[in-house]
Amino acid sequence: MSELLVVGISDYKFGRNPSVFVTYALGSCVGICLYDKQLKVGGLSHIMLPESTMFSNSDINRMKFADTAIVDLVQDLVHLGADRRRLTAKIAGGAQMFEIQPGSLVGTIGDRNIASVKNVLQNLKIPIIAEDCGSNYGRTVYFDLETGIMKVQSLSRNVREL
Amino acid sequence: MLNNYDELNDLQLDVLREIGNIGAGNAATALATILDEKVEISLPKVRITDFDTAVNALGGAETMTVGVLVNFDGEAHGMIMFLLKMEDAKGIMSILIQDDEEGQDGQLSDLKLSAIKEIGNILGSSYINSISQMTGLTIHVSIPYIAIDMAGALMSVPIIEFGSVGDKVMFIEECFSAEENKLSSNIIMFAEIETLKIIMERLGLEI
Repeated sequence: MSELLVVGISDYKFGRNPSVFVTYALGSCVGICLYDKQLKVGGLSHIMLPESTMFSNSDINRMKFADTAIVDLVQDLVHLGADRRRLTAKIAGGAQMFEIQPGSLVGTIGDRNIASVKNVLQNLKIPIIAEDCGSNYGRTVYFDLETGIMKVQSLSRNVREL
Repeated sequence: MLNNYDELNDLQLDVLREIGNIGAGNAATALATILDEKVEISLPKVRITDFDTAVNALGGAETMTVGVLVNFDGEAHGMIMFLLKMEDAKGIMSILIQDDEEGQDGQLSDLKLSAIKEIGNILGSSYINSISQMTGLTIHVSIPYIAIDMAGALMSVPIIEFGSVGDKVMFIEECFSAEENKLSSNIIMFAEIETLKIIMERLGLEI
């Protein structure tokens, strides 16, 4: 097995096969695996917030937000030779870790992250071919460029390979 | 002008440590009363870290952890989390509740979960009370919320809330230990930068 490349929070990594990416303990954050199956080129992004437009500051970390991170990752994959039309997405995360009453910003951030990720992917015409989102538990995500499989681990459930 | 956590100077950090000391000191007294045992408290640490370091600050990101979250708002905004490893949660419960009933798969029973939640509530409220008394600020504390999951996934909640601006978060951390039963737990406090300014101004610091 190739070396694990760790993707932090507000971070993404990409590359060619052989590469295996991992991002640990997604809570309300969302992990997005993009893949060009033919070239086995892909990347994993770990976003924290839905939209960069909420913040006027110009020197934002673009990898923190769904709207900027996914667009940038697609660009980087295209630079590696991926065909934008062949890209597919698998996503996981966006949980609500604590049962907080409706109306609280914290309580709904997972859902808003998922909605934003889906919206951005739709605008980029990248189909979501697998997902493991929502609910109330943390997830660790592995993404293997050899197979394109996204493996989701959690403490309370069986491992899922998608 | 203070806009980011990493702009805090040494004097301001000292004040934050003192706030942590008093807040957590109050909470430790409450915990000692609940456990009927002496509770030691570590020196407070003010951590200003990137997100990944924060996630790993309390042991590994994937470590199964019990977390109780209390929000506070009013004239100050922030969160307090009481975090303990599963074994420590079970240890505390074995002192407090003499029922051998376990939940499914060796997890905590509902009764024990709600007891842990209440402890988190008492500790969070004690912490905030002391800040309120020190500063004269009116602060409301939410009901407690509990989750058992990966430490990193629990920590992501305050990180998202307080890490939206900039690439760092700040939290004040203390460790409690009850020597007799070898139990340990952490209490951490996150606050908005505006709240830190208000608290420090109330304590006579020029910001």
